[in-house]
Amino acid sequence: MARYVANRLAQAVVLLVIVSAIGFALLHLAPGGPLSQFAASSQMTQEDLDRVTRQLGLDRPLPIQYLDWFGRMLKGDWGKSYRDGETVLSVISSHLGATLELMTTATIIAVLLGCWIGILGALRRYSLFDSLATVGAMIALSIPTFWFGLVTIYVFSVTLGWLPAGNRETVGDGSFLDLLHHLIAPAMVLALVETAMWGRFMRSSMLEVINQDYIRTARAKGLPEWRILTVHALRNALLPMITVAGLQFPTLLGGALVAETVFTWPGMGRLFLDSIGYRDYPVVMGILMFSAIMVLIGSLIADILYAVVDPRIQVG
Amino acid sequence: MATAVLSTTSPAPGQAAWRRFCRHRLALAGAVIIVILVLGSAFGPYLLPFDDTYIDIMKRFAPPLSGAHVLGTDELGRDVLARLMMGARVSLSIGFVAMVMAMAVGIVVGAFAGFYGGVVGAVLMRLVDAALCFPTIFLLLALAALTEPGLVTTTVLIAATAWMSVARVVEAQVRSLREREFAVAALAFGSSNLRIMFRELVPNAVAPIMVAATLNVANAILLESYLSYLGYGIQPPAASLGNMLNNAQIYLTSAPWLAIAPGVIITLAVTSFNFLGDGLRDALDPRMNIP
Repeated sequence: MARYVANRLAQAVVLLVIVSAIGFALLHLAPGGPLSQFAASSQMTQEDLDRVTRQLGLDRPLPIQYLDWFGRMLKGDWGKSYRDGETVLSVISSHLGATLELMTTATIIAVLLGCWIGILGALRRYSLFDSLATVGAMIALSIPTFWFGLVTIYVFSVTLGWLPAGNRETVGDGSFLDLLHHLIAPAMVLALVETAMWGRFMRSSMLEVINQDYIRTARAKGLPEWRILTVHALRNALLPMITVAGLQFPTLLGGALVAETVFTWPGMGRLFLDSIGYRDYPVVMGILMFSAIMVLIGSLIADILYAVVDPRIQVG
Repeated sequence: MATAVLSTTSPAPGQAAWRRFCRHRLALAGAVIIVILVLGSAFGPYLLPFDDTYIDIMKRFAPPLSGAHVLGTDELGRDVLARLMMGARVSLSIGFVAMVMAMAVGIVVGAFAGFYGGVVGAVLMRLVDAALCFPTIFLLLALAALTEPGLVTTTVLIAATAWMSVARVVEAQVRSLREREFAVAALAFGSSNLRIMFRELVPNAVAPIMVAATLNVANAILLESYLSYLGYGIQPPAASLGNMLNNAQIYLTSAPWLAIAPGVIITLAVTSFNFLGDGLRDALDPRMNIP
């Protein structure tokens, strides 16, 4: 067990180094590079540009810049926003709460609804419910999230007037109920794709389990059906869902970005888009790295957790 | 059972696959819809009296089915149906071309990694793993912000974020096929490594590659719509299914029809390709049939 964890950790560190190198190379080798924001201002002379280049250390060889940048990143110094001089980490952390709130809510909805649909679909395989769920899941996976957001706004905000069309709270209100009211629509939109994914994985995991010998043995022993399903089948069918949670993470983050844009939700995704608009490279870079590291850690935790709960998995 | 006739000759594998595919009604429906969409976007614009970029400021926000404009007009008085057809043409083209590019890169990387294994394979596949750590939309937007937006960049960028999953599929296939007798025989005949990789191994992995290609088109169409909706893809006045929705949110209250048609077409196209991919998977490899 300890060996597996150590192995997996080493893998994650190697990945982190490659991920950071990719991110660094991307933003530095691109036309314009980190200077383009200054070059765009007409008041900057060539001397000014040269001075900024030196000040930011952009005149050094790229590998040196990378090592320097990676070292500073490990120490928690992710640079400063070009826009207001705030440190990148504090800009990210001030927007992270809203994103996590959205992602957590959507995940809870998706897990509950998706697992329920998946389990029921597996137990009543090829029934009307199962067919509808399968087709529905495929359509849900194909709908552009932003468009589903627009439809949601049109139906629930414009036509029915039940839900606010955006933002996290009403200015001057901000009570718990108000926050909840604003959370419903974006969380619902983000949860759509997630629910479909969870449903599909849950269904195939459940099908795999209920066709196994030990379930037949349990039936042969005369155990009541509910006990077989909950205690024997479900417990094992839920295990692979840990991996699914890890795999889902990149999609969830990407979906959050889109949902935040449609619903003007003040989270990390919106910050990312705004920063791109301003050519605020340190923040763009920071969020890109931050999201990749979140994904990396997410899959690391999922793998380790899976090995802990399922002793059959012991391969390095 | 007495009248049952036993067929002694098994049907050709291609025929059997075709029959399995036809049984998958949703995949068949998907294929039909794709053909209709392709034909409609290819020839439709010639059948309309309106140009997709023609601005008629007197006829702004004409609702659908009012007069000559079947799907109405947008905020500049442009015909929505004409824009929809041209937009679908752009989006579908990007979907196909990005898929071809992603497949090319993915197949080459996957074949090399799977065939050589060892250090080469490990380095290439860790690179794939690392690239997959970046959430696609974040990576796509960061890349798009660094380049001049347009048709070519949008296509290339989508391909650049899509080849990794193809490489994974091909690598796994090539790695297992490499040990099979026909590959060993080719080696014994003195075939070059490149020949074994691309004439023996990759063609034998054609089934999963075709499935991956189909799902890749679906993904590329979806990504184009995200990128253009967010303003970093196809730039107006050119239409794409994504950028038609760009302004739709502002006019959601006054002109909801602007948001409906492009979204329906995107969903229809992506769903069709996804079902087609599903059907192909069932048809080409019955063992891969996920219950």
